[in-house]
Amino acid sequence: MTLASFLSQLLEIVVALALAPLLTGWVSQWRAWLQNKSAPSLLQPYRLLHKLFNKESVLAEHASPLFRGAPYIVFGCMTLACAIVPTLSTDLPLSPAADAIALVGLFALARVFISLAAMDIGTAFGTLGARREMLIGFLAEPALLIVLFSASLISKSTSLTTIVDTLGHRELMVYPGLALAAVAFTMVALAENARVPVDNPATHLELTMIHEALILEYSGRHLALIEWAASLKLFAYACIGLALFFPWGVAEAGEPLVMLLALPALVAKLAVGGAGLAVLETLSAKMRIFRVPEYLATAFLLAVIGMLVHILLAA
Amino acid sequence: MRPLSRPSEGELRRLGSGPAPPEMNELLAQFINLLGALLLMLAFAMISQRRILSLIALFTMQGATLVLSTIVVGYVTDQPHLYVSAGITFALKVVLIPLLLHRVIARLDIRWDVETLFNIPTTMLIGILVVIIAFNLALPIAKLSTSLTRGTLGIALACVLLSFLMMITRAKAVPQVIGFLSMENGLFFAATSATYGMPMVVELGIALDVLIGVLILGVFIFQIREQFDSLDIRHLEQLKED
Repeated sequence: MTLASFLSQLLEIVVALALAPLLTGWVSQWRAWLQNKSAPSLLQPYRLLHKLFNKESVLAEHASPLFRGAPYIVFGCMTLACAIVPTLSTDLPLSPAADAIALVGLFALARVFISLAAMDIGTAFGTLGARREMLIGFLAEPALLIVLFSASLISKSTSLTTIVDTLGHRELMVYPGLALAAVAFTMVALAENARVPVDNPATHLELTMIHEALILEYSGRHLALIEWAASLKLFAYACIGLALFFPWGVAEAGEPLVMLLALPALVAKLAVGGAGLAVLETLSAKMRIFRVPEYLATAFLLAVIGMLVHILLAA
Repeated sequence: MRPLSRPSEGELRRLGSGPAPPEMNELLAQFINLLGALLLMLAFAMISQRRILSLIALFTMQGATLVLSTIVVGYVTDQPHLYVSAGITFALKVVLIPLLLHRVIARLDIRWDVETLFNIPTTMLIGILVVIIAFNLALPIAKLSTSLTRGTLGIALACVLLSFLMMITRAKAVPQVIGFLSMENGLFFAATSATYGMPMVVELGIALDVLIGVLILGVFIFQIREQFDSLDIRHLEQLKED
């Protein structure tokens, strides 16, 4: 491990931690603009984190250590996920630690712990949220895996850095299979990040909520960590999408100077992607919870068709 | 602009035995493949769609994709008559037929959810089986061809079969008509991209056929409605009123 690769890894983690709340703020700002509301400040998520970190954390009497540990585990999972997705450079010392399949596993680990913590307290809302979260999770994961597999088929590797290297640094090619995978990935990303067709991130007390129901019992620094982790998850998903479908502008090994260009490129791509996410959310209406399996089945089948199209056209 | 020496090459490739075209065309051929994938995705979206208005929107998008792919094929193979057929496709499938369909549903006042015979997830699972079968069927045929876009044959076949599936699984008349039209889209895509276009007379004939078909089916829909007060084609299974 050279100093340059260590530095690029460090920079990537720092950028993820710093930019993730900004991305969340950017999306909610666009959402407000599109809905003709006066938009909250771009720095609102930072203020929220600051406020929550300064507040006292209240725990339920019967809370087990699991409840207290879950926010740290979730936060750790999301940070690691952001660290192994190549956003600025493909020269990442941590990337051999986890490939695309392990990345999905990381998300699953975080999901399991947050659901267990929600059930740990024994409130009705927590259990309800946990069940819904697991329902969505177990349907979204296979779709996400298939999307990652279609990218892996092209680059013949499940390592994310190799995928980005192959896709980003070769002559311009159009992959019809990847186009289908991109649609499937967008659908999965909306479901996984508790976005509008599946869940509404703006709601705090509604019978239909999923993500908010899970974290109702958290407060103070625990809640801050969870909110930050949610931002990191959105950031990680955005970065996976960019890495798979728009991998240009990512620096290779031994090109420390390109990283200077990679950061503005990343910010520009995220800005466009965040605005697009807000447009998608504004255009669609929240669906009934029992329609969600159908929605995610569509995503899964689209991903499978993308893979089949790739196999057909490559033959 | 296009070099003048290309027509003979285009004629050769029409027979599926021509030499590999230059690199720029390779990108365009990939673009045609991409449009094919888009067509397949839209056919799939139609299967999973419940609302009639969205179905018509999807059908219009499918028509627009078809127009684009026809233009690109026309450019790659340098066959100007494909531009004409793209123009006809645009006029018919992007403008006229969606307009007609909108008028029909406005007059019949049917904006509610489409009733399906199977539930949607089952239909989609059958759909993926259909796609696998279509790809498997097309693979040996495509291997005989050397044209760049030979892969599109499987995609087109899958589109046709998916639309067929949609016609089978829908209980109401209007979605069945849309299924019929989208089946024709798949056929047209196979004709233009896999074999680089049919003779003009055949294309004109098909375009006219589709238009007449829609008109007849439109009359048919009104008749069903007059007779049964409903568009459910299950009523047609009985021979007598009882």
